[in-house]
Parts: sequence; structure tokens; C-alpha cells
Amino acid sequence: KLDPLPLCLPHVKIKVPQKFLLCASGESVKVYSSSSEECVHDLQGHTDLVSGIVRNPSNHLQVYSCSADGTVRLWDFTDGILIKVQPHSLPRSFAIAASFFALCTVLVKLFQLVAVHLPLSGDQEVEARELSAVLCDVSPSGAASFGRKVRVVGLPGTSVANKFFLKSGNKKGAKNAFTCVSCHPKEDCIATGHEDGKIRLWRNFNQKKEYTYSTLHWHHGAVNTLQFTPEGTNLLSGGIESVLVQWHYTQENQKDFLPRLGGAITHIAVSPDGSLFCTSHSDNKITIIQSCVKVSAIIQGLVKGEGVRTDLTIDPRSKALVLNGKPGHLQFYSLHRDKLLYNLDIVQQEYIHEEGLDQFEVVKAAFDTRGNWLATVEERTQKGSELEINLKLWAYDEQTQSFMLNTTVTAPHEDQITAMCFSPSPETTMLVTISFDGHFKAWLLADHSDTKAEGACWSCDFVGGYHHLKPGCCCFSADGSLLAVGFQEVVTVWSPSWELLTTLSQPPGAIRDLCFGRLSCSKYLLGTSTKNQLCCWNLLTCSLEWSTPVDVSLLQADPLSENMAAFCSQSGCSDLFVFKPGEPRPLYSQKALCTGKVQRAVFAPRDQMLESCEEHAQWLNRSQLYFFTQHMDLMTFSTKTEEDRLLASSKRLMVDDSVAVTPFYLLLGKHRQQQEALTNPMAERIQLPQGSIAIKELLYTPAHVLPSASFLCSMFVRSLLISSSSAR
Amino acid sequence: MASFKSTKIPIYPKLGEKVTPDTLYWKNYKAPVQIKEFGAVTSIDFSSLAPHNYAVTASTRIHIYGPFSTEPVKTFTRFKDTAYSGKFRSDGQLLVAGCEDSMVRLFDVSGKVALRVFKGHTKGVHVTDFTSDCYHILTGSDDYTCRLWDIPNSTELTSYKEHTDYIRCGITSKLNRDIFITGSYDHTLRVFDARVEKSVMTMDHSQPVESVLLYPSEGLLVSAGGRYVKVWDLLKGGQPLVSLKNHHKTVTCLSLSSNGQRLLSASLDRHVKIYNTTNYKVVHNFDYAASILSLALAPDDESIVVGMTNGVLSIKHRKSPEEKREMAGKQRMQPVYRIFVKGRNYVPKKDDFLVSKPVKSHLAKYDKQLKKFNISKALDTALESWRRNRKPEITVAVMKELDRRGTLKNALAGRDEQNLSQLLNFLIGNVVDPRFTPVLVTATEMILDIYQAVVGQSSVVDRQLVRLQELVEREVDYQQDLLEVLGMLDTLFATVFCKCTHLYVYLNLCIQTGHKATIHFFGTPSNCLSLLMFL
Repeated sequence: KLDPLPLCLPHVKIKVPQKFLLCASGESVKVYSSSSEECVHDLQGHTDLVSGIVRNPSNHLQVYSCSADGTVRLWDFTDGILIKVQPHSLPRSFAIAASFFALCTVLVKLFQLVAVHLPLSGDQEVEARELSAVLCDVSPSGAASFGRKVRVVGLPGTSVANKFFLKSGNKKGAKNAFTCVSCHPKEDCIATGHEDGKIRLWRNFNQKKEYTYSTLHWHHGAVNTLQFTPEGTNLLSGGIESVLVQWHYTQENQKDFLPRLGGAITHIAVSPDGSLFCTSHSDNKITIIQSCVKVSAIIQGLVKGEGVRTDLTIDPRSKALVLNGKPGHLQFYSLHRDKLLYNLDIVQQEYIHEEGLDQFEVVKAAFDTRGNWLATVEERTQKGSELEINLKLWAYDEQTQSFMLNTTVTAPHEDQITAMCFSPSPETTMLVTISFDGHFKAWLLADHSDTKAEGACWSCDFVGGYHHLKPGCCCFSADGSLLAVGFQEVVTVWSPSWELLTTLSQPPGAIRDLCFGRLSCSKYLLGTSTKNQLCCWNLLTCSLEWSTPVDVSLLQADPLSENMAAFCSQSGCSDLFVFKPGEPRPLYSQKALCTGKVQRAVFAPRDQMLESCEEHAQWLNRSQLYFFTQHMDLMTFSTKTEEDRLLASSKRLMVDDSVAVTPFYLLLGKHRQQQEALTNPMAERIQLPQGSIAIKELLYTPAHVLPSASFLCSMFVRSLLISSSSAR
Repeated sequence: MASFKSTKIPIYPKLGEKVTPDTLYWKNYKAPVQIKEFGAVTSIDFSSLAPHNYAVTASTRIHIYGPFSTEPVKTFTRFKDTAYSGKFRSDGQLLVAGCEDSMVRLFDVSGKVALRVFKGHTKGVHVTDFTSDCYHILTGSDDYTCRLWDIPNSTELTSYKEHTDYIRCGITSKLNRDIFITGSYDHTLRVFDARVEKSVMTMDHSQPVESVLLYPSEGLLVSAGGRYVKVWDLLKGGQPLVSLKNHHKTVTCLSLSSNGQRLLSASLDRHVKIYNTTNYKVVHNFDYAASILSLALAPDDESIVVGMTNGVLSIKHRKSPEEKREMAGKQRMQPVYRIFVKGRNYVPKKDDFLVSKPVKSHLAKYDKQLKKFNISKALDTALESWRRNRKPEITVAVMKELDRRGTLKNALAGRDEQNLSQLLNFLIGNVVDPRFTPVLVTATEMILDIYQAVVGQSSVVDRQLVRLQELVEREVDYQQDLLEVLGMLDTLFATVFCKCTHLYVYLNLCIQTGHKATIHFFGTPSNCLSLLMFL
């Protein structure tokens, strides 16, 4: 069965016990090793987003997690074992805090802060009998923290807050709503972060109405997170500026900064001994910092921005998925290893972490067929002034194994560039850009070898248009001999010498997508229009071959086969059809793939061809289809066999890692391995020559066509021998 | 933790000529040495003997100059009238010259008195040359005849009277002693063979021929006459190969560079043009002060000697490699300190493990301020006078960066009179530069917004504001004119669209990128009508 398999996109909350780093990622809690940055365990069990995790104060090898599914679970994170499940009667808990005596969660439905007492029983599933509401009227987006004296500090929304300092919060005006809270581990002090960028330190709040507070102000945006170090000497804060600020508790004017960490800081965690800090960022990244001076490790997931504006593309060299990453960057994400390879800085400008600024955004990216050239378009819309567009061309550098900026074209077009593609023909290196200003431009790599100073650079070769219509899409045929440009309702076909060969049109409706057929179907040109039409033109006869009334939102051609994938949106759901342009019946179709429109899709070529058996999965043999749903989840199709393999590999990994590397293990483990090797030498021997061709030939050839046994004998014996090279 | 990314200073393409190896080669000459002769310099000839002296024929004298002398090493003055065409024999021992008085004189280079005088022509002799066997002399005269003379006997060997006008140029073959070519004002070039009674080949140049030249292989012949330079293929029976029309006055002299790769032509229009002999494109151009009559290149292009109608002889010598190196050495900064160089010259041994020191990146001053978010100071450093004057692109880039950060207005505000007038001066200087206009217009608007309350308080600032206003108004008028021109051209190109797409695009680009290029192209907008006529 083919199942859409979501790739993990961690949404992060973190806790650092010395050696391990725990992070809530979607529906699971991930355990990373803080030294090797590898994911050690994946604690799965929750059925909804995990909203908070906290160490068990009575046992430092255990951790509580709470989730929006209404349960609180207790885990042993070193072994990855679920110890307890405690279903809530009240769903949607949002934050969690723990003390020796009580576990607290903030519940959203009822706006209550609830203390939960977990009885110490051996059962895995425990119903909490004591649910005591500590505070009412707590608004969502809360946080919770325990003070030294088991005073619960619940947190606080926009208008109402906890009982101690509700009034002062209101007096200051609208902008100082609480955003986060942290309790000093030793002293009678609570730090709160506010939306206006101030941090307030509250002291002496035990006696009613006699508390005092002092204000620290550095952040210009809201303070996202606050954390005291375990000894209470320092206070760490972070916000949108992406600067980790370390305040000295005793000297409040002194502070240290660690700037330019990446995206906005969402959480800070400190290891119990205070040597490691850990920040999680809005761009799906965890940074591990050694005592506030040095970044020692970065755990980076697929950067999920608010919108991926580039098309999904595949880098032909590394076979990595390329899309928008950090602001102004392109990320190269290896799909096979599910790991971010690197971020390529496209804009090359200092990113100012401030809300409401118009920043440059990478909006288009395209590779040529061999991966030697990368073209990117970045644009910046400014209020009241014109659009700034830069077209950049990057050459692949063998030495640094990365892309180097070759040419920058400022203002290549007068309006937004809507599409861009490289010519696949091997002779010329040509790029075509299409813009709303009514023109398409061809850019050629010009070799100025006579001028010594500069190497090859790109220049404009041709500017074309068609009756001042706005072009919307373009496509090269597989051999690069034809260029199709869709000008609203008209498709124009151009030769490489820039002659207008023919025009095709199928009104009504503007052309949305264009695709040339590949291989045996290369005589077909497919187009989709806004008025629910999928058309197929025959380029030999220049006439319409067939057309169907489907609302195709996205059309994608597989570069390695004739197949085409069309995503159709119908009544809030997306359907997928895979078909060949020459055949009237689709190869594969799946209704109601996901809710909402499919935004982007791409065929990623496989490393080696699958020898799949099932007929309906044969279109996945050469390449895999990845797509982005409306909620920016990256999904893919996988075959049954692949799923099995994935499952198996994850199981093996778990077994391997569950054994902690202790001195005892080192002694005993080695000993046992040796023993194992001694006890079954037989197994090793048997494995050897089974897959040999000679044996296969001997066994599977019909007897009546086999040569004489004397002839076969020597061959058979030779195949059983271990060759000298393999023995070595 | 990423490092601070410095402000990107855009690199703008340099307008004007592209630097090619040819321009580098032909620019590698020193400033010309000028020598005043008594009259127009009609002929220059280099001796093929080692020091490569050259004979300069001007008025009634022939001067012989050494390669680096500014004074003649030798002078021949025994002419009764204007001398013409002083030429060395290939061994450099003898020199022949014609004269307006119809006599041809042969000199020993070391002597003073003529060794032989050849009489027989009836009018001035403008062409003289030695044949390749060194025993004969070719002469061409205004009496329409060309003759061959024997040097030992000083007798006339043959006379050809086929031209119907003055013979003003001629050349002998270097490979065959019997073959020579003459060009005449009767528009023809004739190839003669001394063994045959009549000319063996005739080519029609269709202009009075001023100069002829044979390629070293002698398969190709180049002739100059009128505004044309024509190349003929002798091996194909005198078939015309190329016709070049790059001068706008009569071409007077031709020469080949030493390796035969480049052809030089000099003209009365005061230019020397250099052609590539493979594609006959002009690769370089020299300008001179007066109309050029004669041109010669020393062997190996060591010097270019040009004679002009006003009697000035201009000599350009090649820069020697040492001088070039010296020039480069001057530009290199010498270290000014001698201390703290310990270990700098240490060469690592074979087994040493090299640990390279991390290179510290230095930020520019304005970047340091930007890093600290000191916006006003960043703008101040970018507005420092040398940076503002020499590299306005830096100032503009910093302004753009501030604008991107949304803080340009804050940076511009709060300035005193002196500071503000500095800023306005910069705007006046650069606001109409098409590269900077978008950024500077925003800055100007902001300044006007901020300081409109204090207008009228300072006469300096007020004057500058008025200037700025005038400038902007003028620019707007300009752009309007240009758009009108574009409109006119549109109608024209609509008729011949397919042919001129490229030119049209070019013009369009001109309009978009700013008027400078366009003005250069048209002169003034009112001139465009003539351009239309021309098209």
C-alpha cells in the first residue's frame, strides 16, 4: 500500500540533562546526544503535539512530557522506555512544571492551572485522582515554573495573570503582557519577560503587596524565553534578535552577548551543571553553546519558513532537495539521509532581526542539467517604492564543493520574474527568465577569453515578447531544441535561433503550467489552464491531441520517464493522477491525497532503480515524488518494500543504542563479542558464495539445455573457491 | 554563530572600450618624441641593418636617425628640389631617393655625394625601390612611366608606359627579383614582370592609389587610395578580397606590424588604424595632431614613426620590460617597518605540520559602525570627503543598507548646517547618475521631509536646495525628450521591426539605464531626425 509518509519537521522545546538533549518535536520527543548531535532515541507515544517537557526532579533519568492529546507521560530517556501514562480528563495542556511534590500543567480549555499528583505506583497507566485547580483564569500561551518554596507561578496572558502581580502588569499599559517566566533556583526571585522587551525581576513577593521589582531592558522585541542558570548566577534571555543575552544576577548592568545565532530564539535550556546552554530557534535549529562563548554544535532540521517561495528543485550533483531555507539562503536537504547538507547564502547581506522590515527573499532557483550552474532570483518589495530584483548566477566550484557567485544582474526585469529555466541542450548554457513586464529574456554564458581580467560571465542575449501579453510559464523540451512560453491564453513555441515557430491556444483560461513530454512522448506538449483544462498538443501536427476538464493546480514531469504527475484540487482536497501523455488512461490515481492545495512538487531521481513488483507502484521505480501540502508538510510516496526497510533500520538502531557505554559494558561487551565470534564460525562460512552466477546458472537452467557435467564441474568448483582478493 | 556580513558594494560595469590584448600591446608605448622637419614628411624607411636607422624624407633633405637619437646621424642635402621616397637597400649600405627635378640619386649611407644619378624621367620621381637582387632600382614618376635601372652601369633597363596618370607608389617583390607592383592615380594597380614587355596583372582600385604593400608571403597585396584600403589576392589573379573603409579622409600610407598579424593604415584624417589581418577588424586606433603622410614600424614593433603634413615627425618607442616592472614596483607598497618580522621568513621543513593562523577579517569603518547599529556614525564615515568624491558607490551602498534596515531617516536627521550642506552637495553631484538615482531620490525626499521646518534659516542650504530643484527639473525635461525620441523611433522600427530588433532593444536599454549612453549615441535629441534619415 502506498502511504503518504510525512517527514519529520521538529517543532522544538528542549531540556538538557548533561549528556542528552531532549526536544519535543511534533508528536514525539527526540533525544539527541549533546556531543555527537545524533538522534539517539525517538520517544513516541503521544498522539498530538507535545507541548512541554520537564525533568523528573526526583529522578534525573526520567522526564515528563505533556501533550495536546491530554496525557502526561513519564519516560526513561536513556533507554527510551515509556514508564507511565497519565490521561487527563481535561485535554489540551500547554505547559508543564514539576517539583518534588507536584506536577503542574496549564490547561487551556478551562484556563486553569492544575496541579497533578502522580501516585507512585507500578502500573503503567495511572489515572490521576487528585486534580486541584491552583489558579483560574489563566490564558493560553502560558508557561509555568516552580519556585523554591513550592509556590506555583502560573502564567499569564494578556490581561489577567497570577495572583501576585496582576495589578502592576496592568498598570503599565498595553504592551507589557507577560511572555515567559523563570524562577531563581536559590533565592526568592522570579524573572518575567514581557512583550515590550523588558525583563522584570520580582523579589520579596511572599508578603502580600510588599514585593519590589527591577527592570532590565535590552531586547527591542518581545522576550521569548528566560532561564536561570542552575546556580542562579546568570539569567539567560533570548528573543527575535537572535542574540543570547547573559545577565549577571548580582551586577545587573553587566551583560554578555552571543549574537547572530540564526533564527529567532524560542527556547533556552541549561544543563544541570551549567556548562552547556542550548537554544532552539524558529528556523528549526538547536544550537549547543559551551558556557556562553562558543557554539559547539548545531542540530539542524529541514528549515521550514512561513512560506517556501522557490519551487522544489533537485540538485543534480548531490541529489539534494533545494528550497528556501534560512532567510536569504537556499537549503540543500538530502532526502536519502533526511539531513540538511548545507545552507547556501544567496542574498549575502546582514540579516536584521526585526519585525516589519522588508528583507530580500529568494523567490526562484534553478539548476542546469549537469549541476554546474545555479540561477537564483531574489526580490524585495518595499512599501511605496519599486521592486528590487537581483538575478544571480552561481558556478559550481570543484575545489570548495560549493557554488560560487559568478554574475549578479541587478534589475534583470522591470517586474517580478515568474519563471526561469535552463536550456537542457549540451552545447549552449542558456537561461530563460520570464517576467510580468511582458518580456522573456535569454541569458547566455559569454566567454570573454580575450579580456584576461574576468572569466566567463553571463549576459543578455535575446529579449522577446508576444503582443505585450504577460508571460506566465516557460518550458524547454528535453533536448533543448524548443522553448515554449505561455503568454496568458497563447502558447508560443520558439526555436533556439529565436524564431517564433508556432502558437497554440485553447481559450478560455490563461495557461498555468507547461510541460514537454519526455522520451517516447517528446512530441507532446502539455498545458494546464486556469479554466479547468488539461490540454495536450501534438507538436508534429501543431494541433490539439486531447484535453480534459480537470482543475490541475500543479503539473510535474518525471525527468527520467515519460510519466507526468498532475495534482488536481477538488472540493478542498487534492487528487493525484499519474499518466503518460500518449495514453488516455492514468497509470495511477489517488483521491483525497491531502486537504488543501498541493503547493509544490518534485520528482527526485532514485540512486538506483527499484525493481518493484506491484503494477500500480511502477511509476515510482525511477524517481520518488515529493510534495508540499498547504500546511507546508513535506510528503512523499513510498512503496511497501521501502517502508519495511525503513522500519527495520529504525529497530536495529534502537537496539544498538540502548546499551549505554559504561565501563562495565566496555569490559563485558568486548568479551561477549569475542565469544560470539568464537561460537559461530560456521555461520560465517556458509554465507559466502550463495549469490554466485555459476550456481544460479546451474540450478535454474533447464536440464535439457545444460552442457555436460564434466564441463560444468570445474566452473562450479571455481565459483565455490574464495578468490584471493576477496579473502584479503 | 555567523560572522557579520559586510555591506555589498555593487560593481558597476565600466563603460567605454574593452581592454583587449591588442589595446594593451599598442598602448605599451612611451610618450612620443617629436622632431620638427623642414617640410611635410613624405616617406620614412627603416634600414634592415642592426641598429635600424631610418631615413626620413622631408622637403629637400633626407635625414637618417638612429633608433634613439633626436638629432639626425646623417643628412643628405644634395637635392635641387623636393626629395621623395628615400629607401634603404636590403643590406643597409645604399640609399636611393627620387626628386621633383626628375633625377634619381643613389647614395652610399656613409658618404655624402651621390654615387649615381639616374636621368631619364621627365617629371618628378615619387617612387624608388631596390629589387630583391640589390642590383636594380625601380622608379615611378609623374611622367606616367616606371623604369628599371641597373646600378653598376647606371643605365636604364626597361621602361613601362602603361599607366595613364601619376605613379605615386610602388613596391618590389622580396622573393622574386623581376616582379614589382605600381599604383597610380589612374586608379589601377599593375603587376610587372621585368622579363615580359607588358604588365602581367591589372587591378582596379577605383580611387587614386596612394600606397601599396605586399604581405611577407606575397600572396596578398594591400592598396590604399581614397578612403579605401583594399586587399587583393595575387594568387587568384588579383581577385579583390576585402575592402575596408574605416577612415574618413584619404588613406596615405600602409604598414605591417613585424609579425604580419596586424595591418596599419595612416590617413589624412589624423588617425592610424590597426587591423587584425585575419578578420580585418579594427583592433586599435592612434590619434595624431595633424594629417599623416607617412608611417613606418621598426622591426619587432620597437617604435612607430609617423610623419605629418606640418613637418612634425613623431616617434613612439616601446616600453622596455624593465621599465614596465619599475612602474609596477612603484605601485607596490613597501613595508614601512622593520621590526616584528620574526619568523616571517621562516620556511617550514619537510616534516613540519603546518597550522595556519585563522585569517582575521577586517571590516571597513562604516561596516564597524553598522555592526554596532551606530547608524548616524556609519553614514558619517561613508560621507567622508575622499570616499564621497572618489567612491560615491560606497556612500550610496551604505545609504541603501540603512534604507533596508529602515533607519535611513534617523541617520539623516539631526545634522547641523555644515553636515547638511555636505550631504546636499553629494546629492547634487550624484542624484542624476542613473546608477544611484533610486537610492538618492529616497534620501532626498527624506531630507526634504525632515528639514522642511528649517528651510530659510541658512542661506547655504537654501542655495543648495534651489540648485537641487533646478537639477531635478532639468533631468525631468531630459527624460521627456528622450521618451519622445523613443516614440519616434518606435514608429520607424515598427516598419522594419524584424531586422532591427537588436538595435531597438539597445536603444530601449539606453533609455532605461539613463540618458548618458543615449546622448552619446545621438548628440542631442534634435539631431535624432538626421539619424532617422540616415536609417
